[in-house]
Amino acid sequence: MKEAQEFVWMGAIPLQIHLHESEVTTVPPPPPALILAPRIGYLPLLLPLIKPYFSSTLPPGVDTVWFEYKGLPLKWYIPTGVLFDLLCAEPERPWNLTIHFRGYPSHLLIPCEGEDSVKWNFINSLKEADYIINGNCKNVMHMSQSDQLELWNSVVNANLEAFIRSSSKLKSGTIEDDYASKSSLSSQKSQKMIGEADTSVQTKTGKVPVRLYVWNVSEDFGDMEDAPPIDSWDRISYVNRPLEIHREEGKCFTLHDAIKTLLPELFGKKRKPKGEGNISQPLETGSTADDDPEIKLLRIQGIEPKLETPISWVANHLRHPENFLHVCVYIKVPSAKSL
Amino acid sequence: AGNFQFPEIGSLHLIRCYPPASAQAFAEKWKLNNPAYPPWTWVKSLEVPIFATNQVEEGYLSLENVCIVKSNDDEVASCVEGEASLYDKEDEESTDSATLSGNDNVQPYYFDFHIIYSASFRVPVLYFRAYCSDGRSLGLNEIESVLPANSAKVLLESKWTFITQEEHPYLNRPWCKLHPCGSSDWMKLLFQAVEKVDRPAMELYLVSWFSVVGPVIGLGIPIQMLKEP
Repeated sequence: MKEAQEFVWMGAIPLQIHLHESEVTTVPPPPPALILAPRIGYLPLLLPLIKPYFSSTLPPGVDTVWFEYKGLPLKWYIPTGVLFDLLCAEPERPWNLTIHFRGYPSHLLIPCEGEDSVKWNFINSLKEADYIINGNCKNVMHMSQSDQLELWNSVVNANLEAFIRSSSKLKSGTIEDDYASKSSLSSQKSQKMIGEADTSVQTKTGKVPVRLYVWNVSEDFGDMEDAPPIDSWDRISYVNRPLEIHREEGKCFTLHDAIKTLLPELFGKKRKPKGEGNISQPLETGSTADDDPEIKLLRIQGIEPKLETPISWVANHLRHPENFLHVCVYIKVPSAKSL
Repeated sequence: AGNFQFPEIGSLHLIRCYPPASAQAFAEKWKLNNPAYPPWTWVKSLEVPIFATNQVEEGYLSLENVCIVKSNDDEVASCVEGEASLYDKEDEESTDSATLSGNDNVQPYYFDFHIIYSASFRVPVLYFRAYCSDGRSLGLNEIESVLPANSAKVLLESKWTFITQEEHPYLNRPWCKLHPCGSSDWMKLLFQAVEKVDRPAMELYLVSWFSVVGPVIGLGIPIQMLKEP
């Protein structure tokens, strides 16, 4: 588990940040800022690193910072890595973003008053995940202010050791999966959450905090390079629903099963998960595989896990510090189903 | 609170039938008892592309264009716009049915309310926004100052509710949200205190919930809605 956590925490996106031309007051314009952004972090937290590049060229006034990619204002409370996985079908390195210090689009984005807003949002997500996993927010509520601050600072600094120390006070548990443990996909040792002295805690509710970002791609495209850009958040369906794992004897609840469970509107009830390694087979009703939406791409923490991976492994190893699993998925729905 | 058999509010969302029974019951009761108000309607999330592809809709309860008028001497009356729609707002002076005593310095504000189920906390959550006659959205501070004096007091003193600015779950816009964190707890208390009733628990749930939440944002709930029909 530790290796996977390290992988996740060390993940970073190289950014090339350009000041919006309307805010450039000097000639020549300042060169873009080159910043390595932690995947598990948030864009507003990078401001102390970015501002020095541009402070001498900004017009007078109060800063209201926001970021934009190809005209799309970026939601600051979505982790940087998730934004990248979602908006760059073909990963762009470095990722070219535009920064604005004026003209905050408050009709589109909720206000961000610096690090405090991001912290508040993070703690609330942590509480939400706590509620989903345990049926209450007690774990987070009982953390002292200084412990919460310590936890938050470890995220700001992408410091895994500090995070492990702080989060030992937060019993987030791991998802038990008999199937996965028997097939030795993860050793007993790795199933323990690092920092907890005792054995892994079965989540009380059997629910997994998941945030799904779905892009319904209407056209076919061969390469990811040809994917049309996302020009509005209205094109993305955001699904913030706990995943209920249905444990069946001898069967593994896979990532594919998880997606189908989270999007029953698309995948319908006529299909049943068949178990590990298999794509679900049509039942006797005669429905064909063509009826199911096609998952064109599924990304978590910048990787594309096999759909047959046990969801318990995915959730335990690839979750974000606030205990949510963020999943970006491009789906193509057969035209017969569209309105 | 471990052994309490809490009514499964999940069916508001998980049954995925249109419209969910308790939402419909609530809307019907509201209509019956609040003839002066516009009715609550069930909004399907058709604009959410992914959900537009099936027969069964996600959705939420919507009550829009509720006019709350605040005069300069802090008297507040809720008036009704009835069929007023967004693009008719310029005409609202003529359709205004506020019953204030001839005070000309009144500033009408319009509120939209959405009751959306939170799958994470398993409670309904109230989202709302406010805007002026010219369509300009009110910020959080402005909204708090526009709320009836009683509401502001309730807000300040209540440990169950507070308002934050967050993104609407479906509309990709900033709205105000009444925080649900304490909701499950006080709903459990409410149900424990209520004696055995014959009405379906589900139907009672939303009405009860709104009786606590409503006053915070200035929407009282007539006592008739809490009684047997």
